[in-house]
Amino acid sequence: MQEAMKECNPSVSSQILRERAGQLLTDGTVARVLAWKKGDLPHNPEPAFFDSAEALRDLTYDAFCGANLSKYMIEASKLEGKTLVFLKPCDTYSFNQLLKENRVDREKAYIIGIGCTGKLSGEKIRSLGIKAIETMEGAEEGMLCPGREDTETEDGRGAILTFQTLYGQKTCAYGDAMLERCHVCKGKEHKIYDELLGQSHDTKDAERFAEVERIEAMSPAERFAYFQSELSKCIRCNACRNVCPACSCRKCVFDSNKFDSAQKANADSFEEKMFHIIRAFHVAGRCTDCGECSRVCPQGIPLHLFNRKFIKDIDTLYGEYQAGDDAESKGPLTSFTFDDAEPGIVAERR
Amino acid sequence: MQRIGVFVCHCGSNIAATVDVEKVVELARMEPGVVHAEDYQYMCSEAGQARIQAAIEKKGLTGIVVCSCSPRMHETTFRKAAERAGLNPYMVEIANIREHCSWIHKDIEEATKKAVILARAAIAKVNLNTPLKPGESRVTKRALVIGGGIAGIQTALDIADAGYEVDIVEKTPSIGGRMSQLDKTFPTLDCSACILTPKMVEAGAHEKIHIYTYSEVEKVSGFVGDFTVDIRKKARSVDMDKCTGCGVCQEKCPSKKTPSEFNRGLNNRSAIYTPFAQAIPNVPVIDREACIKFKTGKCGLCAKVCQAGAIDYEQQDEIITEKYGAIVVATGFDVIQLDSYDEYAYSQSKDVITSLELERIMNAAGPTKGHLERLSDGRAPKEIVFVQCVGSRCSDDRGKSYCSKICCMYTAKHAMLIRDKYPDTHVTVFYIDVRTPGKNFDEFYRRAAEEYGVDYIKGQVGKVLPQPDGSLLVQGADLLDNRQLRIKADMVVLAAAIEPDPSVRRIATMLTASIDTNNFLTEAHPKLRPVESPTAGVFLSGVCQGPKDIPETVAQAGAAAVKAIGLLAKDKLTTNPCTAHSDELLCNGCSTCANVCPYGAITYEDRQVNDHGIREVRRLAVVNNALCQGCGACTVACPSGAMDLQGFSNRQIIAEVDAICR
Repeated sequence: MQEAMKECNPSVSSQILRERAGQLLTDGTVARVLAWKKGDLPHNPEPAFFDSAEALRDLTYDAFCGANLSKYMIEASKLEGKTLVFLKPCDTYSFNQLLKENRVDREKAYIIGIGCTGKLSGEKIRSLGIKAIETMEGAEEGMLCPGREDTETEDGRGAILTFQTLYGQKTCAYGDAMLERCHVCKGKEHKIYDELLGQSHDTKDAERFAEVERIEAMSPAERFAYFQSELSKCIRCNACRNVCPACSCRKCVFDSNKFDSAQKANADSFEEKMFHIIRAFHVAGRCTDCGECSRVCPQGIPLHLFNRKFIKDIDTLYGEYQAGDDAESKGPLTSFTFDDAEPGIVAERR
Repeated sequence: MQRIGVFVCHCGSNIAATVDVEKVVELARMEPGVVHAEDYQYMCSEAGQARIQAAIEKKGLTGIVVCSCSPRMHETTFRKAAERAGLNPYMVEIANIREHCSWIHKDIEEATKKAVILARAAIAKVNLNTPLKPGESRVTKRALVIGGGIAGIQTALDIADAGYEVDIVEKTPSIGGRMSQLDKTFPTLDCSACILTPKMVEAGAHEKIHIYTYSEVEKVSGFVGDFTVDIRKKARSVDMDKCTGCGVCQEKCPSKKTPSEFNRGLNNRSAIYTPFAQAIPNVPVIDREACIKFKTGKCGLCAKVCQAGAIDYEQQDEIITEKYGAIVVATGFDVIQLDSYDEYAYSQSKDVITSLELERIMNAAGPTKGHLERLSDGRAPKEIVFVQCVGSRCSDDRGKSYCSKICCMYTAKHAMLIRDKYPDTHVTVFYIDVRTPGKNFDEFYRRAAEEYGVDYIKGQVGKVLPQPDGSLLVQGADLLDNRQLRIKADMVVLAAAIEPDPSVRRIATMLTASIDTNNFLTEAHPKLRPVESPTAGVFLSGVCQGPKDIPETVAQAGAAAVKAIGLLAKDKLTTNPCTAHSDELLCNGCSTCANVCPYGAITYEDRQVNDHGIREVRRLAVVNNALCQGCGACTVACPSGAMDLQGFSNRQIIAEVDAICR
């Protein structure tokens, strides 16, 4: 069992990260480290910069470190010296896309591609009735992901997580507590890195476009009702926009007085849709489907579905395309080929 | 705040019969910024323009809205009128209440409502207009003609004779086009080659004309007066300077099994070939797909026998980049594929041929040396049936909805020639209608029917059945006699519809020239600007614009040349001031705009900005106003909304939408 565990997760613990980051800080390779630190609750570590070896003691890496650090590299690129950033395989797509858009500076980044074996969702655990968590077991990175022979349960949902809560001990299967994006995992390959730490595990166990297809099959009225019910929960906290690596504009159109978008709010009883529809259009062709929007939404709106619908359409009309696969190629919506779908074909699709 | 005048035109009854113009005036007066509104019978007339000028001067108008016809019709007229009264011409907006309203609606109340909305949108826009100043751009005094058929040759000759340099790009190894494949031409029956060859020779020898054969247009950038074009000169494998055109290589070439394109596949050609004897340039090309040397590395016979040492197996495609002021499209046509017309047994019998194939059979340089014979057994046909409108005037999607225009005349020509040369051959023509308008055309057709005894039968052929004895059983209907006919024919000739050459789609896309559903290039105006494309600086010559015969093609080719000459004669053009510009505080530096710009007008620079006290160097988009054509692609691609178009700003467009939705 020890052997199997090593294979899946030979080295990537918080301690290993701290050690390697410490070396790179000390030898002057990097001026600061961008990673995660413990949050106020055990299941919400948050992105953080560390600029000294001492500060690194707060660095943490576990199964709750879903946060994609790529976007923070925009600001880090403006600082003196290199920044060490830890990127999970799916985070590297976002970094590539930002690189393609000249938003981050490759020279200012030292990228350690770290192993990821599927990340957990605090929201999902809550929805399973596990609340007021005090401590837990099994959430260390790479310990209990589904598909591992040593920890696998019979139903294939991964090993059992055990929580001590205010209401007593609770358990759930790792697979049932994973983020949506991990069920449609893009794979274990890091698309850009300077060095690798730890091994990854492909946790894909669902069809990426299944939910989009379900919505496509609805009648227009049903579809509208569905999105109205979802989007009406929106409180315009802007978390989705602020976390989105594609939403990296210096000044968002919704914050600018240049577009008269502010006073449109009162013109429509279902105004919330405009923000999300416009946002989906703005990131179309650039969204890597990192799923951060849905992860951070405090209202649990499945915002990624808008983007995924665009991705599906782009795949069918222009051939399969994964934003952030590389940092050079032109996206299908900002390039032209003679084989492009004719507008008529696009219009005929329902 | 603007002081806006609104001028509503009746356009005689064109607008006033469907739109209550007084109501439009009355309601426009209530719009924000409007200080003057009036209606008049013909705003575009001298008197109408004088009213506009008087109102600008008297009421101190800062912007005007003319509710009239399409801006494509009279925007310039009204801009000039405003300018004469001292107003910046870009403070004029047109509300199109004719094409967009009165012409397409019947109900007066509804149409009036819409006219008011259109006026309101234009007023909302003009409230945000700012004076703009156009710049100037230079004109490259050189024209490009795409296609080297009779249309392209004629256009090139006319432009060159006016003293301008012309390049012809032809995709096949020789100029000449479809006309070079024809045997005789109607209605005079003179030999096609005899009248075409002198033109080809003239074009080939003209000091102002440069011909790129076996070449294709690869890329077009730029705009009217200043196009930059990449031409791919495909590897000919023969040095054009060394080759003397002796033809020995073609005789000796052991690979002789490639269907001849020029003879429509009726016989074969060698792998190294010139398409026909009068080819210009008279320099062969090696078809690398068919050449044994290219396929196996062995052979090299042509190089051995070439006295001039012109064979060059190492030759590579060459890209030539050239600048042009004007581009003429003369890409011509081909006949449609007949795969979906099984009933005529075209693919089953060698003796069912298209009219273009018959041209080659009748031609002395053709596969049968000009003898009319069946391709199956070499016998002389005694009974020939012509079927007209094969794929033309077709109501289903197998063919074309339009009339191919030339088939009635060439079928009469074929029938007449056959009856003249082989009087013992009986000829029947099945037709839907005989359409022969044109000088001496109807006389020509009547001569075929009346003097040469060609049987014209009104009706369509339902089926052609190849018989075991090699004959063809033609079943058809005679609609005038109301009876079914069964003719035992030796040969069936199909007047297949013509369609624009397939290459035109790619070329139209490169030129941003519009094409219709049948792939014919669209004119700027079907009646008043028939040889110009809506894209400035692009002109149309020949069948690429619509079916036409040789006299019409030559006439249009000349007209296209004149339009191109008119452009090349200018030293400078006034540029459109409606160009893009980037707000440096909003620009992310992401390069999306540069990626989508079709004119290469956007570059990036590192510049210091002062963003509300934060001084930093940022990567910013910079628009070259001389190159920008104001297409707006960048403004919609820009994620942050930093790119905006002068005269069509995001704000102005949103104001229009708001006004419409109000």
